[in-house]
Amino acid sequence: MVNLGSPPAPRRSKGADRLGTSLPGSRAVPGRGEEVEETLKRIQSHKGVIGNMVVNAEGIPIRTTLDNSTTVQYAGLLHQLTMKARSTVRDIDPQNDLTFLRIRSKKHEIMVAPDKEYLLIVIQNPCE
Amino acid sequence: GHPGYRNPAIQGKEGGGMGHPEIYPLVLTVKTQEIFHCRAEDDVTDEQPYKLINKETFFEDFKNRGAISDFYPVKKIIQEYPGDELLLVYDKDFKYGLNFYLIGTEEGKENYLNPPEVPEEQEEQKEHISEEVYVYKPLVSKPWVSLGSEKEIEEESVKESTKQIKYMISRKRSKFGAPIKFSDQNASNVKDAYIECTSYPDKNFTLKQLEKDVGMQVVPQIKDTSTQTKWTYPKNATTQYYPREFSEEEKEAFKQSKPLADFLDNMSVSVEIALQQNEITNTFIDDWKCLAEEEGTFGDKTDTYLKEYQSFTDLHSPTEKMITCVSWHPTIFGLIAVSVAERLSFEERVQFSGKLLLQPSLILFWSFSDPIHPQLMLESPDDIFCFQFCPSDPNIIAGGCINGQVILWDITAHADRIENIKSGGSRSKKATLKPMFILEPESNKEAMYIRHCAVSSIENGHKKVITDIHWLSDTFEVNRMGSVFENRNGICCQLITCSADCTICFWDIRPQKISTPQPTEKKKEESIEIPFDVPSTFLHLDLSWKPLSKVRLSKGETSLDHCPTKVSLNEEHLLYKTQDKALAQSKAAKAGEMNPYQNLEGGIGDHLKPIDDFCTKFFVGTEEGELIYTDWKMERDPETGRLMTKKPVSLYTVHDGAVHTVQRSPFYNDIILTVGGWNVAIWKENVTIGPLLQSCCAPKRYTSGHWSLTRPGVFYIGREDGFVDIWDLLEKTHEPALSQNICITVITYIKPWTLSSKQQFIAIADYYGTLHILEIPWTLSHPSTNEISSVNHYFEREVKHLEYVEQRKSIREQEKKEMELEKEKKKVKTYQKSKEQIEAEMKIDYDSYLELEKTVLMNLGLDKVIEKMSFTE
Repeated sequence: MVNLGSPPAPRRSKGADRLGTSLPGSRAVPGRGEEVEETLKRIQSHKGVIGNMVVNAEGIPIRTTLDNSTTVQYAGLLHQLTMKARSTVRDIDPQNDLTFLRIRSKKHEIMVAPDKEYLLIVIQNPCE
Repeated sequence: GHPGYRNPAIQGKEGGGMGHPEIYPLVLTVKTQEIFHCRAEDDVTDEQPYKLINKETFFEDFKNRGAISDFYPVKKIIQEYPGDELLLVYDKDFKYGLNFYLIGTEEGKENYLNPPEVPEEQEEQKEHISEEVYVYKPLVSKPWVSLGSEKEIEEESVKESTKQIKYMISRKRSKFGAPIKFSDQNASNVKDAYIECTSYPDKNFTLKQLEKDVGMQVVPQIKDTSTQTKWTYPKNATTQYYPREFSEEEKEAFKQSKPLADFLDNMSVSVEIALQQNEITNTFIDDWKCLAEEEGTFGDKTDTYLKEYQSFTDLHSPTEKMITCVSWHPTIFGLIAVSVAERLSFEERVQFSGKLLLQPSLILFWSFSDPIHPQLMLESPDDIFCFQFCPSDPNIIAGGCINGQVILWDITAHADRIENIKSGGSRSKKATLKPMFILEPESNKEAMYIRHCAVSSIENGHKKVITDIHWLSDTFEVNRMGSVFENRNGICCQLITCSADCTICFWDIRPQKISTPQPTEKKKEESIEIPFDVPSTFLHLDLSWKPLSKVRLSKGETSLDHCPTKVSLNEEHLLYKTQDKALAQSKAAKAGEMNPYQNLEGGIGDHLKPIDDFCTKFFVGTEEGELIYTDWKMERDPETGRLMTKKPVSLYTVHDGAVHTVQRSPFYNDIILTVGGWNVAIWKENVTIGPLLQSCCAPKRYTSGHWSLTRPGVFYIGREDGFVDIWDLLEKTHEPALSQNICITVITYIKPWTLSSKQQFIAIADYYGTLHILEIPWTLSHPSTNEISSVNHYFEREVKHLEYVEQRKSIREQEKKEMELEKEKKKVKTYQKSKEQIEAEMKIDYDSYLELEKTVLMNLGLDKVIEKMSFTE
């Protein structure tokens, strides 16, 4: 099972089971850099994924698959939105916390996975 | 001074004339003149214009006539006159304003009668002096002779009437310039220091107002206040910034850090779940909405037949004609142009060639409002087999003749005639054919014959019938080598034609730059008389028009060449779309309201930019039923150095008869429909395996075809028995979806046209010269939702199918090879078996056979026989 290490508050209910994905750590230990690369590559290879990026707590992008200007734009805007969403959730119930943020628009879906220090942003085009 | 006309009423008091106060002008009536014997011209003449008249005579006149006497005004003067006789002078020239004047003083009389003699002496003196040197004679003052001017001066001079008052003010000298001290003083203290005008109520001016009109209005209480604020005018403020970024080393550092790795480990799981959810299903789709078809359909949904709308036949034509090409007018609604040709075979043409020369070959313009008379008739030297309106200017029409000439018409002059056709006024569902003898000649409906503007040169052009003609798009132009350049003119200025003499020619309608002097100057210049009503747009081309370049479709080494029937180029933009109208208008505005076709020389010398990645390949359909995909760019033959056409890229023989339709789909630029012989094929450009769809042979020959303009999966095919087959790729692909009878003879041309979003027409031309206009029902003209993508999917599936077939072919080849190998191996194996082995095997077989025989006989109950038999073994 996966040890998420996030605060023990009830998670945002989505009714989805944890699919047993194999963790990169279970293999023969590669370097950490390669792990990071591999994870991101795996995410990118999903069907319909346009791009992904990792952003630090201040909104500065660390790694990205998109071009610079787009990355900077997404990072800045989504960072603010995530902060706002998190503060909203915590205002309503201080014991609660934001685990995942999905924004679905006409053209694609933006998924933000927040953490204390980083944000993982993935943009997917769900339509066939 | 001026003699001045003095009012006779006042002149009695003053003297007449400035400077001559003794002259008194008078008007003497004829009666007075008789009395005084001074009749004008009789008694007083030029020699003696005066008369001395006695005073007594005047007084008598006064006694007799009193106040009405002419001399009454000067009565006083006459009475005071010192002398006895007064001088009356006839003033013929009206020097003093009236016809007579009286001199009132003796001196004046003397002066008149004896004018002073001064001028004579001066003349003598002057004669003397001119001969000698001028000697200065000082002026001698003479006594002043008064001529009456001192009176004037007296009158004019200003004299003081009152005596001037003199004041003298004195002061002590010491006080000059001394500082002044002002002091106050009460005015009331000093006596007479001021004069008061006190007001007092004057009874004369007091009026008591008893009534007063006053208007009243209720007004809310208002209060005005104001304040002053600091006004700062708005200024644009900008902030320039750049985002914070990490440097490469920092990013590397992050990559290595543990927290990031842990974070990704944790988060990637949930992210992947979310991604997979989206892949599985789209939870936000509203299935209910997607189920519904487009609303607002007009007409019956079950109505799928083409409805007859109108039909046009040229009733005035003396011979039997067939329609060879049909084209709707791109901008004017309800106008359709049709080219007609003689319905004769080649031998008949040769036989009747003399008669045919006399009859004009025509392109007729039909309008919906008049089914009997064509609106315009364009003349050409010979039968036209194909023509097209110019996309950038619908008044220019290019046509290809049966003798290989390219013809150009310019109907700009008649454009207003056809534009003002009453469209839709008398739109009847059926063609109203009136009997010929009732037809009244309508005055301005007389169809006009319009002569062609220019024809191509006979020697340099095509040698046989031109089978297809297209205007090249106005986005590019081609040079002699076939290289493509950008077109800066903004208009279509080049044509492509293909002909039965196995060549494809490019033509340019602009005048060619002549770098070398024309050798034709030496020839006799035949001045061809051009009728005055033909516009001179293309005068430079007439009879000398040469093609820009020729592409010969040769079959390689043999002398037989491909004979092209139809051509389909890439980059042909969808003509006449309504969006393009705006573009065209802006282009026209750019040209400065000048028709660019009138000024074709404009853009030749410009150095044009070549377009690099232009696809110069195109499809050609031939007489033999082949479809060729070839390149029009010429290349230099390395051996001979001449320009040669490239070899075709690919060639397919699919049809059993001549290909008469090669057309790109209006929706997909790389899907081509070819119709020929007895079947139909659909191709995709760059798919070289073969056609995507090839129909099986139809019962009747297919003679014409066209894509539908609005539905991507529909196309219309005309047959030789007058039926139209309507194919719908989404419904059935092995046979037409619908078949409808239109006429009794071969259908020669089909052309659909969209008039509005609700109406679509299709023009079907037949071999007997009748043009049928039918209305396309709603179901055939309106695409269902996602039809474009569905048809696209169909084509992609077909491509994949073709690829799969290819793959299977190769796989099967491999399998075949493998099987053969196996066979070979097996053969070898059996060969290796030695003779002993074979014998041993045969023995074993024989033994087993004997066993079998034994058991069978035993079962049959013939044991004893067997035992006996075994003896002889």
